Amino acid sequence: MSDIPADAVRLAQAAPTAHRVRGYWSAVWNRLRYDYVTLLFLALIVLIVLSAIFAPYLAPLDPNKSSMASRLKPILYKSFILGTDEQGRDILSRLIWGGRTSLLMGIAPVFVATIVGGFFGVLAGYAGGKLNSAIMRTMDVFFAFPSVLLAVAISGSLGSGLINQMITLTIVLIPPICRVAETATTQVRTMDFIDAARASGASTASILVRHVLVNVLSPVFVYSSTLVSASILLASGLSFLGLGVSPPTPDWGLMLSTLRQSIYVQPLVCALPGVTILVTSIAFNLVSDGLRQAMDVKA
Amino acid sequence: MTNAMPGTQSAVRPLVEVKDLTVDFVSRDATVRAVNGVSFDVMPGEVLCIIGESGSGKSVTLRSLMRLHPKARTVIAGHMRVGDYDILSLSEKEMNAVRGAAISMVFQEPMTALDPVYTIGEQIAETVMRHERCSRETADKRALELLQMVKVPSPERRLKAYPHELSGGLRQRAMMAVALSCRPTLLLADEPTTALDATVQIQVLIVLRRLQEDFGMGVIFVTHDLGVAAQIADKVAVMYAGRIVEYGTVRDVLLNPKHPYTLGLMASTVNGQKKGEDIDAIPGSPPDLRALPPGCSFAPRCRLADAACEADFPAPVIRAGGHMTRCFKANGEIRPMEAAGIA
Amino acid sequence: MSLQPSERHLQAVKPGHPHDRGGKAQPMLIVENLKKYFPIHGGLLNRKVAEVKAVDDVSFSVLKGETLGIVGESGCGKSTLARLLMHLLPRDKGTLIFDGDPVDEPRGMSLRDLRRNLQMVFQDSYSSLNPRLPIEDSIAYGPSVHGMSRAKARAKARELLEKVGLRPDLFAGRYPHELSGGQKQRVNIARALALDPRMLILDEAVSALDKSVEAQVLNLLGYLKRHFNLTYMFISHDLHVVRYISDRVLVMYLGQVVEIGPVEDIYTQPKHPYTMALLASRLEIDPDQRIDTPPIVGDPPNPINPPSGCRFRTRCPLAEPICAERTPTLGTGAFAASDHRAACHVTNPVAGHSFAGRSLQSIAPSEMPARFAESA
Repeated sequence: MSDIPADAVRLAQAAPTAHRVRGYWSAVWNRLRYDYVTLLFLALIVLIVLSAIFAPYLAPLDPNKSSMASRLKPILYKSFILGTDEQGRDILSRLIWGGRTSLLMGIAPVFVATIVGGFFGVLAGYAGGKLNSAIMRTMDVFFAFPSVLLAVAISGSLGSGLINQMITLTIVLIPPICRVAETATTQVRTMDFIDAARASGASTASILVRHVLVNVLSPVFVYSSTLVSASILLASGLSFLGLGVSPPTPDWGLMLSTLRQSIYVQPLVCALPGVTILVTSIAFNLVSDGLRQAMDVKA
Repeated sequence: MTNAMPGTQSAVRPLVEVKDLTVDFVSRDATVRAVNGVSFDVMPGEVLCIIGESGSGKSVTLRSLMRLHPKARTVIAGHMRVGDYDILSLSEKEMNAVRGAAISMVFQEPMTALDPVYTIGEQIAETVMRHERCSRETADKRALELLQMVKVPSPERRLKAYPHELSGGLRQRAMMAVALSCRPTLLLADEPTTALDATVQIQVLIVLRRLQEDFGMGVIFVTHDLGVAAQIADKVAVMYAGRIVEYGTVRDVLLNPKHPYTLGLMASTVNGQKKGEDIDAIPGSPPDLRALPPGCSFAPRCRLADAACEADFPAPVIRAGGHMTRCFKANGEIRPMEAAGIA
Repeated sequence: MSLQPSERHLQAVKPGHPHDRGGKAQPMLIVENLKKYFPIHGGLLNRKVAEVKAVDDVSFSVLKGETLGIVGESGCGKSTLARLLMHLLPRDKGTLIFDGDPVDEPRGMSLRDLRRNLQMVFQDSYSSLNPRLPIEDSIAYGPSVHGMSRAKARAKARELLEKVGLRPDLFAGRYPHELSGGQKQRVNIARALALDPRMLILDEAVSALDKSVEAQVLNLLGYLKRHFNLTYMFISHDLHVVRYISDRVLVMYLGQVVEIGPVEDIYTQPKHPYTMALLASRLEIDPDQRIDTPPIVGDPPNPINPPSGCRFRTRCPLAEPICAERTPTLGTGAFAASDHRAACHVTNPVAGHSFAGRSLQSIAPSEMPARFAESA
């Protein structure tokens, strides 16, 4: 027989374990903290955003001041650190100023589309049945067109300009976000904890807010962040086609479009807007990928 | 192949030899030692049941024998031999030739192990053709034979069925047919009957036992269910926190258990306990594999544990008949029933 | 972590319950002719092509203070039954009477009231707790929905955590992914108790747990039943566990009740061949008691097109033409809860079955129809 009373054994179990108590977001941060790639590109994004915000102070020269004498100069020509474009304007200054429109095109439409698409997606996913069919089939109509074609079509009918371009991008981005939100909601809806909440007599609104939304938010948020780069690219494409902002407003897509003709004269300089778009897109993609991994905390 | 009866380990070379197997899963957050120095033999034609609860390392041990773990995140050390193959020194290509042929495996959930877009007949024939390089006709004939062997009713019709068209029990049999298609010398079974209903589980176990005897295969069968082990095992290994704590013939381990964990597990298993009285449950929960205690991993939950148990992990003690325990307190002096607290 | 609440913490059980309405003899729950068919849509126009008869004309009652065990294989409708009783699924037909009050009917008990009285513990799985809520909030959610203040609901949650053996100071703020399976199941139980229910439906509540943890949770369920004066409906496929915990047992097969009665009667003298086969399929922990011939062959048939007459006849060793023609019943009229009844023609002396009136235990295998003797 054992000399140790059973109670002592049981009490020993009550001692605190090595388990740290922490919330969801601190767990996410804890994972992110050691993901150096994500952190590096997050820092890059912050840098790009800050330089766009403080463009008036950071840009070395006036982005719209042209000079016939110094057209298409190479990198480090006099005071033009990154050379000049076909009208002799400073590329670096134009890139910094251009970040304002390009980032706005990347973030604002995604933000609006996340709210609208997320709302319809959660609604369709939770209601199911006929409402789901009505919402999702409507989305499918938009989905049927390639996004660039759809953007061109909408933009063409709305006309060019900053606001119209943003409306166009928002409309293009709503269906995919809606689809992701609907899938996530449908998954959550079948979980037992939703039934447990219903069994406790909770109202639909309360269940949606307390149980559905918190679980749908992170996948939708992560997906939306991948769309930022797509939106920048799409906006650049529209500007490139002349359907976006009009010259001389500095914009990465527009710069790429106009510099294209001089590609044989100054290949390095002409590639710069493209490189900027590429790096920014990659940064947004990698960061959202890192976020996805960090937020994928097992239930 | 001769059937090595329990207890008669003669000059026959074991089919499987595992020595000091350790498996570490490495991730950014922590290193988990899932298997911690496991050694065992399986004779040809013998059924070894590895019993353990979740996290005991039983499935990890089994999957190591087929090298099924993701390479980048797993560190396997030790020595594993199956037949003439030194598992850890095989190239990936050689390993692929062994998988499904000399060693094959049945899983808990056949729906994920069978390919949903091919019929059962195609999947069996495919495996046969890949490993035996025979004609399609021979392979088809063999598929039919295999379904008959695993006692699938109206096998001609089931050959043309897709996995989702079969019930759970039939799917499990179909997976067994795929696994047996190349006459393996070693069959690995990872809780293959756990998801089945009781009336179906017993049918599958009986078929498996019969085929094992007919083929003379060695079988390593992982389960958490003592009843399943009693039904099918020749030898039983009880795992706890990555180590084998008790090993022996099925009668030694299940009828005369020595290790306090085995005893506790038996007392916890509901089987004819008196109504209205508490079950003599093992208190607490298994240790965190990221930070194992230095001594016996079961000591924090063990009624018999003292300072010695918390200092060192006990070395194996082997009794007559090869009955092994790793416990300072199970050296024969204590009576098993008292240790479990079921007076 | 598994601190059992020790007996001395449990106050003496008060006889009766403050919410009791119908008195001692009134069953806690009466279910009459409950029916749920799931339509299967298909084809070009998405029309209904078939029905799954998940729960088909099920009637039984649960007495106050008892544990009714419900057993059956997958697809027998036991989980659907639980969800119908909880009103998580709409029923096609049938009446529910909770403590004498018909549920969800004019003059009866409202759904809201039912949910305060009847709660459910789900099978432990990754989906039973909201991964984004600390467990304290998961437990407090129910009371706050019913108008309890946030602070009070949290206090209640902590009290319940203590009752289910989890120290609130350590566990209240944790998220589900930081808990083991057994701990999660304790939280599930605490959540079900948060509205002070009188009856719990436990749907495979211990099935996914390891044996050592299962035993702890079963002990906990015993403590809680005595402490809170609860009535249990315990759904499980594990016949050993059902025998241990139940007072009465109900056996389901393909959406119907095939046998009901006191637990020892059912386990020692089953009256339905299906129950007998189910019991014979139990595995003992004794290598000397191996089963060499399967008690029945085949899988349960698909509930979409159940066999005519007796649904078990396709697997039954005693099946005769009469079984295909006429559907056996549990017997007509009301019967006492202590009655042991089976829906089988063999139990009915006037049904016309050649074994009619004989007990199953007295029928030797050699007497059974030949086709089963060979296929076994």
